[in-house]
Amino acid sequence: MVGGDAAAVEVRDVVVRYGGTTAVGGVSLTLPRGRVLALLGHNGAGKTSLLQVCEGFRRPDDGVARVLGLDPVGDHDALMPRLGIMLQSGGVYPWATAGEILRLFASFAANPLDTDMLLDRLGLRKFERTRFRRLSGGEQQRLSLAVALVGRPELVFLDEPTAGMDTEARHTTWQLIEELRTDGVSVLLTTHLLDEAERLADDVVIMRSGEVAATGTPAELTSAAAIEVLELRADPGLDLSGLGSRWTAAEPASGQYTISGALDTAGLAEILAWFASVGADVTAVNTRRRTLEDVYLSLTATQTPVGATK
Amino acid sequence: MSTFAPAPGRAPMRTILATQIRMELLLTARRGEAVVLAMGVPLLVLLGAGLFDVTNLPTTDRLGYVVPGVLALTVMSTAFTGQAITTGYERSYGVLKRLGASPLTRPGLLLAKTAAVLVQIAVQVLVLALVGLAVGWRPEAGALLPALGVTVLATAGYSGLALLLASILKPETTTGAATLIYVVMLSVGGIMFGAPDLGTAGWFLLPLAAHAEALRETLMYGGSVPAGIWLALAVWAIAWPALAARKFRWE
Repeated sequence: MVGGDAAAVEVRDVVVRYGGTTAVGGVSLTLPRGRVLALLGHNGAGKTSLLQVCEGFRRPDDGVARVLGLDPVGDHDALMPRLGIMLQSGGVYPWATAGEILRLFASFAANPLDTDMLLDRLGLRKFERTRFRRLSGGEQQRLSLAVALVGRPELVFLDEPTAGMDTEARHTTWQLIEELRTDGVSVLLTTHLLDEAERLADDVVIMRSGEVAATGTPAELTSAAAIEVLELRADPGLDLSGLGSRWTAAEPASGQYTISGALDTAGLAEILAWFASVGADVTAVNTRRRTLEDVYLSLTATQTPVGATK
Repeated sequence: MSTFAPAPGRAPMRTILATQIRMELLLTARRGEAVVLAMGVPLLVLLGAGLFDVTNLPTTDRLGYVVPGVLALTVMSTAFTGQAITTGYERSYGVLKRLGASPLTRPGLLLAKTAAVLVQIAVQVLVLALVGLAVGWRPEAGALLPALGVTVLATAGYSGLALLLASILKPETTTGAATLIYVVMLSVGGIMFGAPDLGTAGWFLLPLAAHAEALRETLMYGGSVPAGIWLALAVWAIAWPALAARKFRWE
């Protein structure tokens, strides 16, 4: 197979410009085979533009994209049978029924999945004879997902896969994506949902204003900061100056202390030892960890306001 | 159970083309206004101008003059107007983009579209010819081959121009332009009235008039197609599809 050992997706210093606006400003990322990578970011962060480059719809203005070792634009015809692509919206004949559309795309594939099974799995069986334009947004999304998967691709691109779906459909879709991963399919998805990225992705790439703001596994992204704040309840009015310069301590309310700084295990032990040494009676201890949401918000907070670039 | 274990691959091209052509035809049949435009107007012109003295024609054999013109009109309305409008909207709905992200190749899509148009035209021409025969049209059968030849050239030229317009204009503009060109051609294309005599240049500007004239020469008189018409339609058949192939976009 052509490019059999290459990464599923390899993007190096890719730049995408629309006129004078830079949508993607030099992004690099790698999706190894059989893994799930989530591009996380606000609307306008450049996620879809980057995906368009990987799908071969846009030639990057600078940099290189390789998909399964091939050039998405130049090797379009060789690549397409191996990919499953879910566009952000539309992309389907409005007057064709859900069943007709899925069977059309199934007929393009050498070894298609059973279309009835897919309709059942995505809860679309009762809409088999419903025309696309009569489907709700969430139902259209599910059909688009089915179309992306029907050819048994080795790599799928999912652009905001659960947008417009209700909670139940979202969970069905998440289970399906987890199953894809188990079965060895590589997945590149975009999302602005933190729980979606945290649950599905092996690797998260946080994008901000067309650039990579952070990369790592969800655990790495959240644990890099470890425990962020230690909260203690003890006797009020303690003189905190004796605690040491490795920490920043405050008493925002009487008897309630917040401490940040070196909060590894040894640091925690030292802090508690200090409270004991001054004879304070500690009655409650609480730690606050950064969530992916904190990381995300701190990284994306400096972004230009939504709509300012449009 | 590994339901989704990758097993990618492209189906045989003939399977892909067959299902895509079937889908194109199914959707055309489903759109009422397309069917009316494709069949209703030509039928109305055939029966109206063919049977009644509603317009001045350069001949007394009204059906002999009108029916070939109506056949030419049908080819234009299907291969050009219908094709341009449909393709324009398919682009705006993202259908072309979606198909571009599938194992269907670009030549595959253009081939499927052309084949679907040819099937439609064959059915429409057959129906109109039968209606014409039923109301008294008596064509010459001796020059069918050149009649068929100019029709294939006209179809290719119209189809190319339609795909070009749909590639470079917004769908609303495409619809407007395609309808306007249809109406202008219908008025001055030598269908219901004699076409303005612009000499050989006229054949290049008014392919409908050229096609209609060629069909009259062959089907009405059993004669041959003038060289100027062959040339004009051949230029259309090569230039527009070539330009369309360069400008065609999935998005």
